Amino acid sequence: MSLLQISEPGESPEPHQRRLAVGIDLGTTHSLVATVRSSSAEALPDREGRVLLPSVVRYLPDGGVHVGEDAKARAGDDPANTIVSVKRFMGRGVADVAKFGALPYRFVDAPGMVGIETAAGLRSPVQVSAEILRTLRERAEQTLGGELFGAVVTVPAYFDDSQRQATKDAAKLAGLNVLRLLNEPTAAAIAYGLDNASQGTFAIFDLGGGTFDLSILKLTRGVFEVLSTSGDSALGGDDFDQAIAVHWRVHHGLADASGKDTRRLLVAARQVKEALSTQEEAGADVTLSWGQQMHLKLKRAEFEHITAALVQKTLGPTRKALRDAGLGVADVDGVVLVGGATRMPHLQRAVEKCFGRAPLKDLDPDRVVAIGAAIQANALAGNRSADDDWLLLDVTPLSLGLETMGGLVERVIPRNSTIPVARAQEFTTFKDGQSAMAIHVVQGERELVSDCRSLARFELRGIPPMVAGAARIAVTFQVDADGLLSVSAQEKTTGVLASVVVKPSYGLTDDEVARMLREGFDHAQADRDARLLAEQRVEAAAMLSALRAAIDSDGDLLTEEERGSLEARAASLERAAQGTDPRAVKSAVEAVNRASESFAARRMDRTIARALSGRHIGEVPTS
Amino acid sequence: MAVTLTARAADHIQRYIEKRGKGIGLRLGVRTTGCSGMAYKIEFADGPQEGDVQFESNGVRVLVDPKSLAYLDGTELDFVREGLNEGFKFLNPNEKDRCGCGESFNV
Repeated sequence: MSLLQISEPGESPEPHQRRLAVGIDLGTTHSLVATVRSSSAEALPDREGRVLLPSVVRYLPDGGVHVGEDAKARAGDDPANTIVSVKRFMGRGVADVAKFGALPYRFVDAPGMVGIETAAGLRSPVQVSAEILRTLRERAEQTLGGELFGAVVTVPAYFDDSQRQATKDAAKLAGLNVLRLLNEPTAAAIAYGLDNASQGTFAIFDLGGGTFDLSILKLTRGVFEVLSTSGDSALGGDDFDQAIAVHWRVHHGLADASGKDTRRLLVAARQVKEALSTQEEAGADVTLSWGQQMHLKLKRAEFEHITAALVQKTLGPTRKALRDAGLGVADVDGVVLVGGATRMPHLQRAVEKCFGRAPLKDLDPDRVVAIGAAIQANALAGNRSADDDWLLLDVTPLSLGLETMGGLVERVIPRNSTIPVARAQEFTTFKDGQSAMAIHVVQGERELVSDCRSLARFELRGIPPMVAGAARIAVTFQVDADGLLSVSAQEKTTGVLASVVVKPSYGLTDDEVARMLREGFDHAQADRDARLLAEQRVEAAAMLSALRAAIDSDGDLLTEEERGSLEARAASLERAAQGTDPRAVKSAVEAVNRASESFAARRMDRTIARALSGRHIGEVPTS
Repeated sequence: MAVTLTARAADHIQRYIEKRGKGIGLRLGVRTTGCSGMAYKIEFADGPQEGDVQFESNGVRVLVDPKSLAYLDGTELDFVREGLNEGFKFLNPNEKDRCGCGESFNV
């Protein structure tokens, strides 16, 4: 039977109408689930009382699957079938994965996303993540005594469309109804109730097991906007363990320790590191593979000394994120600590010193993201009172647009637009009688398509024959609340329609997203020149095509000499368009324009004469 | 006439109220609905309502409207853990049968 929870006054649910909703932090090193019960958000433990589920999945030859601690314990002796940190592979292709260096997995190049060959067969990162999510869903259902209505799953702010789609697919595969994907830093801000303020700028400092993310959020009227993100995808709490292990190796003559001993040293280092957050001195017993027993000790001061450089390493990206957002530390209204590694006192001091204010750290930094997600899930499931006008919005991380003539990007939805959002823009045909239009959807901040990321291509066919520029084609971009995009194109006179739901085939690495954003600024000048050149080339092509059509139909109006001169100018325009100087193209276009002026006038006269011939003067409109 | 809380229930209620940051106690009640006719109501109380009967049990104030009290008299509210699940449970001597879910009952 179900057990009852306390409701807010006047909000007791109808029997069987309780909507169980959870927030899930699907992390690189560990994952967890939280919910709101009796008006308080809390992370849910498993039967052993453990809240954190290691994000590790092990596949067995008999088709069995182990998730969490059991899988993690075997990572050392069955590395090829034990998938660790699968989040790194979500929505990524083989080329991206190669950048992570040597990994023990048998990667298979599959369309769209890498596959991993395991003892139980080929698995995609989506399936691996789904195992983690399924474990958490089962935990939640056992804890809450019923089927879940839905879940909010968190993703890093820099996740692109394909990574978000992959996360959503994994949740669906795990039998979860995804109420929304939520940016991790936004979730952390919600957990601290920062969304209750009317406005403010917040820094979310997230140092996890293996990654460091710093996000600057701006809150305006209930909308969190990600102003900038920065970080280090190879910096985390594990590096602090490493530093301790290296220190012991040097000072205890363990330089030769390898394999299993390395693991044991790291486990001891981790225990000591965690103890040092509350104690001045800590130690751990280690039995080495050759039978030697050692008690390894460390003082907090020593620890802080040997890891000072690691702490410093977090400050570079922090300053960069502020710089990218165009802000100084004085503009930041609050700093939130996320991730277990932010428990270290010397790290907290460094953050405090950097921002000149004490960071928010009352909530468990391992749970803060899941708790924020749970609060939002509770609201989205309709479990909050009606008078509580609570609508939290998110924004698009990168601009979305499409390719126009000349390989240029026409931005339809600029970055940092609040979502959900729909924008329509009208386009037209480039050639007479053009019956189809190719729509190429791209993501990024650069002016040229080749510098942005291609998301999808589709074609609108069945455009009725019209002169160039007469067709009206409305292209609509729609981003849903999860940040996923659908694009449709419709020719207005006939109503023919084509659309695509963007399921991007290939992911961007976070470095790439950061690089794309940065390059957008760095290359502003070069981009403008490139756009100018591309625009002039389009102009030149249109001019040449119109001129040829005119000569074909009305060439008899030209003298031999005029025709020769026009064709010479057209040829020099063609040459200029091959070059890279936009001004040269422009002046060549103008030259053709001038040279063809009288020809154009004669054609106009002829057209009018044709239109009028054989008609009585009274029939000619006189307005 | 009385409604009581077990020590465990009182302990949890106090913690929830503390976390919530406001509230004078707990409001218990019944309403007609559900598959077996009646359903329990358990809410935070931000203030008394007219006609409320108030009890004090294990340090927590319990408010019950007089109509509900007829069905709740002698009830003890407990906080139990069943596997991973935990929550409140009404031990009501007036209850004759209840639906399998425990969210509604008959007197």
